[in-house]
Amino acid sequence: MKLLEYQAKEVLSSLGIAIPPGIVARTPDEAAAACSRLGPVAVKAQVPVGGRGKAGGIKLAKTPDDARRAAEQIIGMDIKGFRVSLVYCEAALEIAREIYLGFTVDRDARANILMLSAKGGMDIEQVAEESPDAIARLYPSPWRGPLDFELTQLAYDAGLGELVRPLTSLIKKLYRAIPEYDALTAEINPLVVTKSGDVVAGDAKLETDDNAAWRHVDLEEKYGSVLGGDPYEVEAKKRHLTYVSLDGDIGIVGNGAGLCMSTLDLVQRAGGKAANFCDIGGGAKAEVVENALAVILMNPKVKGVLINVFGGITRGDEVAKGIVTARDNLKMRLPLVVRMSGTREEEGREILKRNGIEPGVSAWEAAQKIVELTRAGVR
Amino acid sequence: MSILLDTMTPVIVQGITGREGSFHTEQMQSLGTKVVGGTSPGKGGTTHMGVPVFNTVADAVEATGATASGIFVPAQFAADAIMEAAAGGITLIVCITEGIPIQDMIKVKDFLRGYPATRLIGANCPGLITPGQAKIGIIPQRITSPGSVGMVSRSGTLTYEVGSALSAAGMGQSTIVGIGGDPVLGLTFRDIVELFEKDPATTHLVLIGEIGGSDEEHAAELLARGTRLKTVAFISGRTAPEGKRMGHAGAIVSGNRGTAKSKEEAFRKAGVAVAETTDEIVGLLR
Repeated sequence: MKLLEYQAKEVLSSLGIAIPPGIVARTPDEAAAACSRLGPVAVKAQVPVGGRGKAGGIKLAKTPDDARRAAEQIIGMDIKGFRVSLVYCEAALEIAREIYLGFTVDRDARANILMLSAKGGMDIEQVAEESPDAIARLYPSPWRGPLDFELTQLAYDAGLGELVRPLTSLIKKLYRAIPEYDALTAEINPLVVTKSGDVVAGDAKLETDDNAAWRHVDLEEKYGSVLGGDPYEVEAKKRHLTYVSLDGDIGIVGNGAGLCMSTLDLVQRAGGKAANFCDIGGGAKAEVVENALAVILMNPKVKGVLINVFGGITRGDEVAKGIVTARDNLKMRLPLVVRMSGTREEEGREILKRNGIEPGVSAWEAAQKIVELTRAGVR
Repeated sequence: MSILLDTMTPVIVQGITGREGSFHTEQMQSLGTKVVGGTSPGKGGTTHMGVPVFNTVADAVEATGATASGIFVPAQFAADAIMEAAAGGITLIVCITEGIPIQDMIKVKDFLRGYPATRLIGANCPGLITPGQAKIGIIPQRITSPGSVGMVSRSGTLTYEVGSALSAAGMGQSTIVGIGGDPVLGLTFRDIVELFEKDPATTHLVLIGEIGGSDEEHAAELLARGTRLKTVAFISGRTAPEGKRMGHAGAIVSGNRGTAKSKEEAFRKAGVAVAETTDEIVGLLR
């Protein structure tokens, strides 16, 4: 789960990290009220993606009227596909310097990497590319976390020796997001040193591991619903489906992530565009197929559906019967092409044909068929 | 010949009394896998699927001399099961379980540094099969046939798809290894390629990668140094958008990293044929 900035800051604050005072606003009036209470504020769009500043999603407001206008402009904006439904009004900071601090999973090293840089406030990937030496790195033991001397070294390596004490204490607090929240990424950029010498989180990014959601039910309850997001993805989650919304018009169901991804690729190769990724896992039970189709058909853009099922030990005739039942239960009228293989696949294809569903022998053939049918607008 | 596993490898199943464990133990046995026992805490001393059940891996290894283990336990307990296997003396650990928290796997990887002889496959993988001999995991026997093509893949069903196409074309396999779809996992493409390179029975190689991470690129670097294996690579997820996890926890393009394009280019640069669809693999391998 990718938390919004204000949510990530609440979590950081609970770990003992200083954050600027801030108030969440859902309307321009609320933003104006927040400014009257806090003084000059930054009005920030709350979306779970980077690059908000460049997209015009952050505005400074000196007066409540400024804040109202800023919120009017920002609420409802579309930033990289996310509609802004709330802004965070945060007291403006007197910035003396900006630092980068964050950790993430280094996939190549199969370990957590902690990074510290005196070049804060910039895109860290850009810093890594342009001046890799400006980033100090540490791979803490996952069993005991970073030790004091390691953090001292890190601070000196980053050229931040004069801040070694506050940084050591702060990094240890941030690191707690790993054992306590199963964080995959926790980033403070910029970490602000104010003119009065305080070290405060200017921005915050926090992504937690969905595989560990069962350990953090409280987090999901508190923040999951606020995140909202794509309505089809929300519905799919309720139905325990692995589903990702895409922007095409051909619905896709496959079993297995790799097979499903390659099906999207084939549809594009055939000249079409997938409306979604939907992995129904092994077995292809009728009930699961029906759930998948139900979610896909919610999307009015969908003009046809391609089902690609590779049956290892699954019986083809049973898969076919299940698909026919699912289609009939949902009264689905759009073109449907099914490619399936497995034991008794011939019988399966016969069942499909008898019920007016196009069977495909290969995935490529099936992809071409569904693209053709959706183009022709056949019903 | 084969890599990692043959008819002589003594295997235990962790979680043997569970539904998945029971079903797949039977499948493994029917192929001829030498399953010598299983574990299930509290059920030590009983017999299940015709083999003795032990409370712990250490007990099982002591009694049976097992060197390999297949793990079929729920995600909450799987990381501990992997570490238990390593500490108990197992040198080939195959973890099928999907959904293990990434931080748990990071701890596992750190723990395994203390057991340099131990190899982990997975987690979140279909396991491995040496056709006609033995398997640990869930790869269906019927898609395979014995032969000289080595296969390594991050995806389960795509492996089955390509395996059955190869078998139908008369191109049997030496060993098929599913390394898994998680971002933090055991053996990598590169590790498996090295093993196939040393196996005289393997003459051809199929790599099935996907978006996310740079394990495919690292394997390409190795192949670029020269290989005796005629190799074809395929990458799924060419059309996946940036920042979306496509089913597998590890299948995600982050910024401009982990794209299918970068992986395909790395293989082409290494002189490896790249299939644009799975249908092309058989033709390119001939």
